[in-house]
Amino acid sequence: MTTVTETHEDAHEHGMSDAGYVKIAIILALITALEVSTYYVDFGPLFMPALLIMMVVKFVMVVSYFMHLKFDSKVFSFLFYTGLGLALFVYITALATFKFFIA
Amino acid sequence: MADIATHDTDHATDHGHHSSTGLSNNKLAMWLFLGSECLLFGGLISTYMLYRGRVQNGPHPSQIYDVPFTSVSSFVLLMSSLTMVLAVSSAQRKDDSKTNLWLLITGLLGATFVGGQVYEFTTFYREGLGFTTSLFSSSFYSLTGFHGVHVSVGVIMLLSLRGIIKKGKITGDKAEVVELIGLYWHFVDIVWIIIFTLVYLIPS
Repeated sequence: MTTVTETHEDAHEHGMSDAGYVKIAIILALITALEVSTYYVDFGPLFMPALLIMMVVKFVMVVSYFMHLKFDSKVFSFLFYTGLGLALFVYITALATFKFFIA
Repeated sequence: MADIATHDTDHATDHGHHSSTGLSNNKLAMWLFLGSECLLFGGLISTYMLYRGRVQNGPHPSQIYDVPFTSVSSFVLLMSSLTMVLAVSSAQRKDDSKTNLWLLITGLLGATFVGGQVYEFTTFYREGLGFTTSLFSSSFYSLTGFHGVHVSVGVIMLLSLRGIIKKGKITGDKAEVVELIGLYWHFVDIVWIIIFTLVYLIPS
């Protein structure tokens, strides 16, 4: 009985502590500040890749920690990332058809 | 063994319906919905990327975007994700008063973001950027407008959930209901993370 109760409680306590969430939020805020700095400071050829990398890092952090995908069942990750992957494939193909990347 | 069977029955009753995988059907449905939403926003973002340089009439993006203002809005929405996850955490600890407080703060931050968007749209319109002014304006208003509607729906859900919890009308697993609304809210935030970079920070 004890084992079952513990398992039940563990399921409710997946994720992080409140302090952990605050730390993640601080990191996200710092990355956002860095993103905004690219508007004022000339990053040269690093401008575009740096912005895209920071965008992806923020995206993955929110999905993994705030949405609990890192701690939850892999089935949920599969459902979400399948939709995301399909969207990326379809629309990158569509944009390529319109020669978006060449321009 | 009998205890385990009893517990399983209680557990199933608490969480509503479970699939054969042992996972909550509600959560499965929400993640499936969010996966499909990627396709909706993917289409709107792609359309904007394709048309953002097509300005036949009216102002050009670089002439009207107010990046400092939008940065503050982005920060507000990002922080609402923190307050939302704290609401979920409080709900999992069965702390109703803190859950209600964090839900209220999240709703207020969301409403602030929507208010900022209304202000931005009004300013743009006064500067000559109507919905049909150019291909850029149509795709811009469609993308950010759809996102704004999603945030508005989220605010309504958050405040409604707060009222429902206060009246004690949730019969099943309260923490899961808060988590489901939270998933929707975080999704709205990650879509804005993409929009903020691709629309506002990367020039056309």
